[in-house]
Amino acid sequence: MEALLEWWLTYQSAVAFIGVNALLALSVYATLSCGQLSLANAGFMAIGGYAGALLTLHTELPFALVLAAAAALPAVVAVPLGLPVLRLRGVFLAIATIGWGEVVRLALVNWDYTNGALGLVAIPQRAGPGVIYLCLALALFVFWRLRGSRAGQALEAIREDEPAARTLGIDTTAYKLAMFAFGAGLAGLAGGLEAHLTFMVAPSGYGFSRVVDMLVQAVVGGIAHFGGPVLGAAFLTLLPEALREVSRVTGMEPGPLRLLANGLVLLLVILFLPNGIVSLPQRVREWREERRAARALVG
Amino acid sequence: MLLSVEGVSRAFGGVKAVEGASFAVAAGEVHGLIGPNGAGKTTLLNLVSGLLRPTAGTIQLDGVRCDGLAPHRIAALGVTRTFQNIRLFPQLSALENVLVGEHLRRRAPLWRRMVFLPSAAREERAARARALELLDRVGLADRAAEKAGFLSYGEQRRVEIARALGSEPRVLLLDEPTAGMNPAEVDSVARLIAEVARLGHSVLLVEHNVPLVTKACHRITVLDFGRVIADGAPAEVMRNPAVVDAYLGTRR
Repeated sequence: MEALLEWWLTYQSAVAFIGVNALLALSVYATLSCGQLSLANAGFMAIGGYAGALLTLHTELPFALVLAAAAALPAVVAVPLGLPVLRLRGVFLAIATIGWGEVVRLALVNWDYTNGALGLVAIPQRAGPGVIYLCLALALFVFWRLRGSRAGQALEAIREDEPAARTLGIDTTAYKLAMFAFGAGLAGLAGGLEAHLTFMVAPSGYGFSRVVDMLVQAVVGGIAHFGGPVLGAAFLTLLPEALREVSRVTGMEPGPLRLLANGLVLLLVILFLPNGIVSLPQRVREWREERRAARALVG
Repeated sequence: MLLSVEGVSRAFGGVKAVEGASFAVAAGEVHGLIGPNGAGKTTLLNLVSGLLRPTAGTIQLDGVRCDGLAPHRIAALGVTRTFQNIRLFPQLSALENVLVGEHLRRRAPLWRRMVFLPSAAREERAARARALELLDRVGLADRAAEKAGFLSYGEQRRVEIARALGSEPRVLLLDEPTAGMNPAEVDSVARLIAEVARLGHSVLLVEHNVPLVTKACHRITVLDFGRVIADGAPAEVMRNPAVVDAYLGTRR
């Protein structure tokens, strides 16, 4: 019992961060699930984080409403942004949305009301693992019910062949926009949660590398199923914990070591598990069958 | 006339792919659209299905003007299509492909599924049953669970027809449905087209296989260099000297 409590005290924050990162990875997955590579989510996360922080610091709103606002504001902003940028395809959409992230970050750096580059500090800690995992459960519920529904199948159709989907009566613009806004809402929610977990928000937390982290977690976990981004977030959030031991023994700096390990994991997943960690059981089965077939052939 | 195309033109830069084409498809008829390579048949289908906008002319479906509308709106008016170079959703199963085809017929909004309303589940069961029925009609009920990308070429063509029928279209556009098929498969497609017409869907059939067109179609329009050069019953069109010239060349 005592040991369990001690474990919990040590890893509580890691568990909380897994939840936040899972929401972020899911926010990227939302647009990827209909074939759109959007990297705007660090910007949306910043909007959610700052909106949540400002509301908590300057109003008496209950935390649930603060979180609702942190999710709703970026989702609303996503609509006028999405209408023009979702006309772009593939890498062009990625570039335009990276631009959006930088616009938000630079605007925050130059906004005196929020202390510019220093950001806001002393935000009361309101988010714990309980709230975070409740939000994650809600998000997963939505993805679960979406899967296999009329709308879910329309999204898959758009991912597979957008013009063909259009000729079958699917309003592809509306669906893509809805997922863009939904992803923005998830990112904003995660931003609001993180602000109330780490006591602070600052523009440097929402840079390009942040959205790359989200994307890598989603891809490493696998984007064929909504469970993938959660697995990827858990794996890559826990990896630095494991690396701490390595850096203690070898004397390497933990920061560069983390980047190295992340890169290595991404490379290995793309090479050997193109559908992500979530596809591991299936891949193992396939390998076994191939081995058995090969052995029978040599026989 | 159910579908009428009037004076439709489409230019790509200086190339006039379709120039002032007019024809009409009657309700319940199979209408053939033939012509040599590059005559503008596929461009015309793209114009009717809304993937391209005409540079001039009008297209009407049952009196409603539909040129310039987005493809999904035209589909909602009752026009769906297949593609010359098959465009199924390869990662989805054959059944799921047809279910996507039923998009316009499935109405239950997502929130009903979110709160587990029985009406949503009922509609889903009905949609699946109907998709299976459509697959059965094209002779692929036993392949329903197979990923579309793993099906054979002929099977893929037939799934695409089932998918296009999923929305109960008033007009079905088929772009060379027998391309690359063997004679037995061509026969089965011909029977399928006849059955589709009997069920009350009009068909606009772009095809190279002249025997199939003369057998399956009630009426034929012949295109050459983007212009309509003949229009009428199959037998008379095939005797038309302009058509013979277009296909075989002129005697010098």
